[in-house]
Amino acid sequence: MKLRIFSLPRRRTARVAAIGLIAVLLLVVAGPWLSPYAADHIDFEGQWSAPPTLQSQHWFGTDGLGRDLYVRTLEGGRLSLLVGLVSTVVSLLIGLAWGAIAGYVGGRVDSLMMRVVDVLYALPFLFFVILLMVLFGRELWLVFVAIGAVNWLDMARIVRGQTLSLRRQPYVDAALTAGLDTPAILRRHIVPNLLGVVVVCAVLTLPQVILIESFLSFLGLGVQEPATSWGALVNEGAREMESTPGALLFPAVFLVFTLLCLNVLGEHLRSALLPDSEPRR
Amino acid sequence: MPLAIRRLLQALPTLWVLVTLTFFMMRAAPGGPFDRERALLPQVEAALQAQYRLDRPLWQQYVGYLGDLLRGDLGPSLHYEGYRVTELIAQALPVSLALGGGALLLALVLGLGTGTFAARHRDGLLDRVLMGLASIGLSLPNYVVAPLLILLFAITLGWLPAGGWQAGRYADMLLPMVALALPQAAYLARLTRSSLVETLRAPYIRAARAKGLPERAILLRHALKPALLPVLSYLGPAAAGLLTGSVVVEQVFNLPGLGRYFVQAALNRDYTLVLGVVLLYGALIVLCNFLVDLLYGRLDPRARPA
Repeated sequence: MKLRIFSLPRRRTARVAAIGLIAVLLLVVAGPWLSPYAADHIDFEGQWSAPPTLQSQHWFGTDGLGRDLYVRTLEGGRLSLLVGLVSTVVSLLIGLAWGAIAGYVGGRVDSLMMRVVDVLYALPFLFFVILLMVLFGRELWLVFVAIGAVNWLDMARIVRGQTLSLRRQPYVDAALTAGLDTPAILRRHIVPNLLGVVVVCAVLTLPQVILIESFLSFLGLGVQEPATSWGALVNEGAREMESTPGALLFPAVFLVFTLLCLNVLGEHLRSALLPDSEPRR
Repeated sequence: MPLAIRRLLQALPTLWVLVTLTFFMMRAAPGGPFDRERALLPQVEAALQAQYRLDRPLWQQYVGYLGDLLRGDLGPSLHYEGYRVTELIAQALPVSLALGGGALLLALVLGLGTGTFAARHRDGLLDRVLMGLASIGLSLPNYVVAPLLILLFAITLGWLPAGGWQAGRYADMLLPMVALALPQAAYLARLTRSSLVETLRAPYIRAARAKGLPERAILLRHALKPALLPVLSYLGPAAAGLLTGSVVVEQVFNLPGLGRYFVQAALNRDYTLVLGVVLLYGALIVLCNFLVDLLYGRLDPRARPA
């Protein structure tokens, strides 16, 4: 298994995607410092809806309020990626715990826990997230929790499948014979061996989570002003695209490019590490 | 078909969970349906609460709602005075169905066509280009496609209207349908291609080739049907994707469909309307999955229970 991870960069597209992703990350983290403008700075001299030029140092132009689009796009990216990462970790933890317990304990507990997953799976979940956001105010931590709480189902299923095969391993029997109790075996033997799967799941979950966040922000339900994210920027940009096409195009390109890189990378990781897993969605 | 009935009955707990979760989640939220900029007189508010049974204990309201539901009554809208929820849904549903149905059809034609074509020319230049495009399409969410389409076709070229909806004006539906269909089409194209390529490796295809059948006949007559099974099972999730996509697409194109009602109703704390729409969405998704299951058994005898 390890060998195949290392052979992965030999696949050209995956390598390009990884490089693209690193580039986006660097730009998003360090990029805003390169510009003389702050995200909430309103440039009265640079005017509104200015086209991108080098000498004004508005490299992507300005939006309808005179704010620098380059800085706003990158700051929006920070938040989009941050929400993506945190929500992925949340769903990872829930899914890992749920799947590992169901798979290891087995029997009636397993079928009950998986039945819960089945029922939840059939629900139109995004509507719950919308409801959550609308009803309980629009706070950032709620975005994390709502998205994470929705996205753990796939994770739980995959982790359970892996656990089922892990618990038949001789070393689990050995641990049982040595007198370890269930939580200890889960902690020491099952979960560490699930890490490969979890990494793949995480990479596959990340673009979905970013999608949900930007979907919510696009509807005006996610990240709120003055903070911004790619979804919120696309929403703003769509409203002023007649006068300022850049306000729509720059965040859209960043969002789509990041999603593309993550999708490509996730596919390759999956086919390398989990060849028999079903395509998601 | 007792199996079909059993499958439908299995869906009931799902819908019950859906209604229950939505019901109590909404009630746990701050705010109420009669909150106004200026507070109502306490007597007026109390009268309204009583009129809609909102003054009773929560569990009584819940039981009452379930009872109404069993009789097919979704209750009165709390925001649109004098309207039943069923009336409001009946108004908006045709728009959403036309949009969703059209988009599904478009996605199927586009996805299956592209996927089959790419599989026919697999590993060639065209295949790579098409699948590259599909990868991009997969990363291109509705809410990015929709404004881009408007920018290109409505604002820059001026060929199609940028939004709005008039019955019978088909030009209004074109852009929203494309915006809704594209991501699904991209996914279907990739799914079709990979499934076809897989099927083409089967021994019976080699036999057909050895018999001297032309590649075209092998592809369309022998490989396509079994290869479509995974595509079929994706239709359930696709329906769910179209429903959620319709929320933004209807917003962007200003269409009077269900998706827009949903967000607006939640903002208005229109409890009954939100419940009605959520229930309808859930039922639609359950129905799609059910139809897929039935078709699956039809097409693949191995999937039938013994």
